[in-house]
Amino acid sequence: MKIAIASGKGGTGKTTVAVNLALSLGNAQLLDCDVEEPNCNLFLGFDLKKQEDVTITVPQVDSGKCSLCGKCAEFCQYNAIAKLSDSVMLFPKLCHGCGGCVLVCPEKAITEKKRSIGVIEKGTNEQFNIELLQGTLNIGEAMASPVIRQLQTHMDESTVAVVDSPPGTACPVIASVADMDYCVLVTEPTPFGLNDLVLAVDVIRQLGIPFGVIINRHGLGDNRVEEYCRVESIPVLMKIPYIREIAVLYSKGIPFVEHMPAWKENFREMCRDICEFIPYRGLSQC
Amino acid sequence: MLKHLTVISGKGGTGKTTITSSFAALAENAIIADCDVDAADMHLILQPETFETTDFYGLKVAHINKELCTDCGACASSCRFDAIDKFNVIDTCKCEGCAVCEFVCPENAICMVEKKAGEYYCSNTRFGPLVHAKLGAGEEASGKLVSDVRRRASELALECGKDVVIIDGPPGTGCSVIAAITGADLVLVVTEPTISGIHDLERVVQVAQHFRIPVVVCINKCDINMDLSQSISIYCKNNEINVAGMLPYDKSPVDAMIYGKSVVECFDNDFSSKVRSLWTEVNSSLSK
Ligand code: SF4
Ligand code: SF4
Repeated sequence: MKIAIASGKGGTGKTTVAVNLALSLGNAQLLDCDVEEPNCNLFLGFDLKKQEDVTITVPQVDSGKCSLCGKCAEFCQYNAIAKLSDSVMLFPKLCHGCGGCVLVCPEKAITEKKRSIGVIEKGTNEQFNIELLQGTLNIGEAMASPVIRQLQTHMDESTVAVVDSPPGTACPVIASVADMDYCVLVTEPTPFGLNDLVLAVDVIRQLGIPFGVIINRHGLGDNRVEEYCRVESIPVLMKIPYIREIAVLYSKGIPFVEHMPAWKENFREMCRDICEFIPYRGLSQC
Repeated sequence: MLKHLTVISGKGGTGKTTITSSFAALAENAIIADCDVDAADMHLILQPETFETTDFYGLKVAHINKELCTDCGACASSCRFDAIDKFNVIDTCKCEGCAVCEFVCPENAICMVEKKAGEYYCSNTRFGPLVHAKLGAGEEASGKLVSDVRRRASELALECGKDVVIIDGPPGTGCSVIAAITGADLVLVVTEPTISGIHDLERVVQVAQHFRIPVVVCINKCDINMDLSQSISIYCKNNEINVAGMLPYDKSPVDAMIYGKSVVECFDNDFSSKVRSLWTEVNSSLSK
């Protein structure tokens, strides 16, 4: 079973939910798909081992063959190639690796080479019975989706996979949520939380994935989020209270289920509830 | 000279909009640009009245003319983004608009079409003009939309004789963040004293330094973990970064949000006075 943890916005507690859920289930995979800022391991402290680089192919031009016709620069939709008076210039960070320039070059002057934009790492540890997979986009790189896609190829279909998605509602989020069985949206009971939740619900409904809501920092703010969920018939799966103890544990990078073990059962129960919301699936996988 | 201040945070939820909306209230002659186009929030506090709406077109997407298509499969096999399935249907979310399929199609059945990916707006607020945007769900090219919002904000600032553009940036370190900080005169990073806060701060500072933009820091919720606040101060000192302000853990931002107001309008307390001195400090760094 594959569960994505998402939210319209960062800072609502997505990582907290993902880490604590995976720990409560045990024997699960946790995939940190927030590749711009992977944070799950700050709560786990696993010794991560690099699995592979994430690469995209970028062009290189053989100036001996190039006739300076400019077709490559004209074709490139991302302005990654510019034709100057005496050479063609490449801007690898703008290149999406489509390979179009190679196809259009009449002199066969362009070949491709690999460029690394990030890494995939994996870790386990004795204390916690889960496996963590993490993707990290290199600083200054713009394209998150290839890292997310490659990370998801490591998903093990035979266990529960918990996916920590990136914030927002743009393509990287869709890339990490699209193939999931269920999506948990984490929100806060504030006007900002509601605003972002409505946007996220819009996207998840379009994707047709069953979903529910966790209200984090319950007790803060007002009850408009709960009101909205009731009107829209969205299940509220869990409420995590607004208490200083959880905030302090969070600040120290300690998953709160480790100090408040009763919550492990709450998370497991939530997972059993989720199974009932997923069509055509039995309880066996929980 | 028109100055640009960008407020960012490695991650959402650190209080960036709380601070930016207060700056909007405190700044004498500023224009606000909400560049968190994925999940814009500023309008909830500033309650804008829009006077100009512009359509935003991201990258083009491929369109297959089924009349001409002979199902040869050339397009699907040359697409590197897996955006064309075995029925030769284009998945517009995966399509990156590279136009390779258009080039390889022997029947000329494919063309690249403009697709509206969102809108951006110019509005009046009680604190002056606001430029903000809405990106369609699941749309890419947010970096380009951020650039458009910034460009429009700078134009408007010149038209109305404003001297500062305050930019509320997106979270993360990716392309939209890069678009929000390039060419800025100063970046204010809002962080909080948590393990992940420090980690995100370091990443986002690296990005700013990569583009050689001066950075100042504000530590929000500083009393939630004094040891880590101390570590952040030391990190900043070692990197010659000024800590422009430290704000306590306080409920007033949330209460103000419920009234649809900025914290400095709503409250006259310790928190709001610290936000005021943060603005004074940031403003003086900006004028340097
Ligand atoms: S591979 Fe595509 S994106 Fe890269 S330079 Fe060539 S045409 Fe441009
Ligand atoms: S298309 Fe080929 S020959 Fe023409 S400018 Fe580009 S590299 Fe040179």
